[in-house]
Amino acid sequence: MMESCNCIEPQWPADELLMKYQYISDFFIALAYFSIPLELIYFVKKSSVFPYRWVLVQFGAFIVLCGATHLINLWTFTMHTRTVAVVMTTAKVLTAAVSCATALMLVHIIPDLLSVKTRELFLKNKAAELDREMGLIRTQEETGRHVRMLTHEIRSTLDRHTILKTTLVELGRTLALEECALWMPTRSGLELQLSYTLRQQQNPVGYTVPIHLPVINQVFSSNCAVKISPNSPVARIRPLAGKYIPGEVVAVRVPLLHLSNFQINDWPELSTKRYALMVLMLPSDSARQWHVHELELVEVVADQVAVALSHAAILEESMRARDLLMEQNVALDLARREAETAIRARNDFLAVMNHEMRTPMHAIIALSSLLQETELTPEQRLMVETIMKSSNLLATLINDVLDLSRLEDGSFQLNIVTFNLHAVFREVLNLIKPVASVKKLLITLNLAPDLPEYAVGDEKRLMQVILNVVGNAVKFSKEGGISITAFVAKAEYLRDVRTPEFFPVPSDTHFYLRVQVKDSGSGINHQDIPKLFTKFAHNQSLATRNSGGSGLGLAICKRFVALMDGHIWIESEGLGKGCTATFIVKLGIPEKLNESKFPALPKVPANHIQANFSGLKVLVMDDNGVSRAVTKGLLVHLGCDVTTVSSGDELLRVVSQEHKVVLMDVCTPDIDSYEVAVQIHRLCSKHHERPLLVALTGSTDKLTKENCMRVGMDGVIQKPVSLDKMRNVLSELLER
Amino acid sequence: MDVAQLKRQLFAYTALLFHEGFLDEQFTQLQQLQDENNPDFVVEVVSLFFDDSERLLNELAKALDQQNIDFKKVDAHVHQLKGSSSSIGAQRVQRVCIAFRNYCQDKNVEGCLKCLQQVKHEFSLVKNKLETLFNLEKQILAAGGSPPT
Repeated sequence: MMESCNCIEPQWPADELLMKYQYISDFFIALAYFSIPLELIYFVKKSSVFPYRWVLVQFGAFIVLCGATHLINLWTFTMHTRTVAVVMTTAKVLTAAVSCATALMLVHIIPDLLSVKTRELFLKNKAAELDREMGLIRTQEETGRHVRMLTHEIRSTLDRHTILKTTLVELGRTLALEECALWMPTRSGLELQLSYTLRQQQNPVGYTVPIHLPVINQVFSSNCAVKISPNSPVARIRPLAGKYIPGEVVAVRVPLLHLSNFQINDWPELSTKRYALMVLMLPSDSARQWHVHELELVEVVADQVAVALSHAAILEESMRARDLLMEQNVALDLARREAETAIRARNDFLAVMNHEMRTPMHAIIALSSLLQETELTPEQRLMVETIMKSSNLLATLINDVLDLSRLEDGSFQLNIVTFNLHAVFREVLNLIKPVASVKKLLITLNLAPDLPEYAVGDEKRLMQVILNVVGNAVKFSKEGGISITAFVAKAEYLRDVRTPEFFPVPSDTHFYLRVQVKDSGSGINHQDIPKLFTKFAHNQSLATRNSGGSGLGLAICKRFVALMDGHIWIESEGLGKGCTATFIVKLGIPEKLNESKFPALPKVPANHIQANFSGLKVLVMDDNGVSRAVTKGLLVHLGCDVTTVSSGDELLRVVSQEHKVVLMDVCTPDIDSYEVAVQIHRLCSKHHERPLLVALTGSTDKLTKENCMRVGMDGVIQKPVSLDKMRNVLSELLER
Repeated sequence: MDVAQLKRQLFAYTALLFHEGFLDEQFTQLQQLQDENNPDFVVEVVSLFFDDSERLLNELAKALDQQNIDFKKVDAHVHQLKGSSSSIGAQRVQRVCIAFRNYCQDKNVEGCLKCLQQVKHEFSLVKNKLETLFNLEKQILAAGGSPPT
């Protein structure tokens, strides 16, 4: 009997074959179901990035429960207790719950997972794109490197040929070209000449192509590298190798820049007009094509070549200019040194000749005049007079020549003194009257009433000028008269239309003397007037042939007048109509008081000279024994009572009221004579009877005179002292 | 030889000296200073010049013989010599002194030594000539002529 148990009967009999298979399948399913989560957990643990962990947990639970269900199912194939059934049911319920929850969950999760997939795809695409771009950049960088390297090679030399050769070589290497050629425009600009090739050594360089081919124009008109046909004349450099397909050919223009093309603001664009042509050929049996980056490379290189060539040209130019300048410099230096040597030689010559020429002249003149004083027969007298006249003439000539050289040298200086202007004119008149009366010419002198009596300037040279001008007037007149007018030039008269560059301005300290000499002589031709003032150029008309003169007179006058800030000119209405010589010079207005404060130069003997200074007590200071003796001798001869000292201290000790004059040598290097003078002033300022201080100096410069004036000297005498000089100075001093 | 011939000789000799540049106008001045009150003025001054110059030349030789030449001292001596020679009109001596001074300023030893030789030479020349001149004058005086003015 069967007990009533809670066991549940399976639906089918236990030993059915089908049931057995189910049993086994359930077992395996359970096994699988248990191992899958384990595997999942294991792998998830390994990886750290799985985002949905708790979904996994859920999923794992679902799987585990499914597995459990199938496992528990194993017990239900045979008779099983109720407990088992309950467990089974619980498991199934749980499984159902979890699986529904999981299903619900998956609805949310699967779109996410799918989008992850799309993102992944997107990223993969992007990565592929980046890869491509990287590839491009790398290529560009390669190109850039090539260009830099090429540029470096090209620019590493400044020689034109090397630049071009290097370009071709490097391009050929970089781009693996079969052939590379450069066509340069010929001098005429009408043809392109094959100048450089890479590989063809036997190519006739000199092969030309007319420049106005359409293909060439096409290349020249664009600044890009242009693909051209391998059959065009510029590309047919190599003999065609039969059945091989020639490689692609590219041509690019290379601008040939000139220095003049570089304007500041606009870079040379189309102003160059001169291009060379660079032709590049790929190898003929490869299937290579010109890539864009290669073309860019070529264009860049072409530009670089242009720049390098222009640099080379500029450098050549500047080297040439520098060489030229150096040559010129050397030549100039040589010329300057030669000129300096010449000037020095001339100055030396003048210095020597100055003396050497004057001494014999002096001797001749002096001795001839002495000779005249002796007893002579009339013929002898005539001879001596002729000698005198000739030698005087020669002396004048020598002086003129030397004067002129000094004037031209610029080393001439005017001797400025205060002098009697009226007396100068009278003197000239006196000198010229004898000659004029011989020629029966009437001389009239007209001095304006406002012409000052005294003026400051170079008396001797002014007289020379007036004498020369008047002398010329007399020389070139055979009859009639000479009129001399002198007046003070007013401002209106000063501006002469003929001499626009001469702007004299009179002032308080200066006035302009205008002298006009009119003659009724032979006159001068218009075209000869400019030549008058040039040295040695002589007016060779018959009338003047035998009138003597060296032709220097007017030239010297012009220079003297110029030194006196003046102007001289001659006008004539033509031959036979006489001429008028006019000159204006600047003279100073002397101060009203004490015109001749310093009897520094011996003047023409005044009317009353004290010839006898008997008893005049004079004190002489000179450290040179010989000079002392000579000065003493001079003074003794004049009748003075002379005491001599040889130093400043001795002087100060010895000097007393009795001494009327103190003569001191001021060019002694050790003794400060100026200090002594100051001391004497100090000593004697208490008494009114101060001795007159006179300085003896060997130097002629103004500084010495100024220094003497500064320390209160009463006079300055220049050594060597002559008897007359001493006499004059002393009498001047004592007159005051 | 009679006085007139001697006088002519003296005259010619003096002119020659002037012409050759040994003497200049200053010497003429000296001669003008000689009168009855001062009959030997020229001889006295010239003798003074001879003594002074010989002393100076010795000093110069000594100074230039030193290891470290004191150019200032040399210049001072030359300045003195120049002054003396110009006072009596010994022109050539004076000229060499001028050149000598330039060398001193440039501190050019070679130049100074050269100038010293030159100045010695010129000095001995002018001394000889002047002594000859004075001899002629003495002869004139001895022959009874009046001293030349």
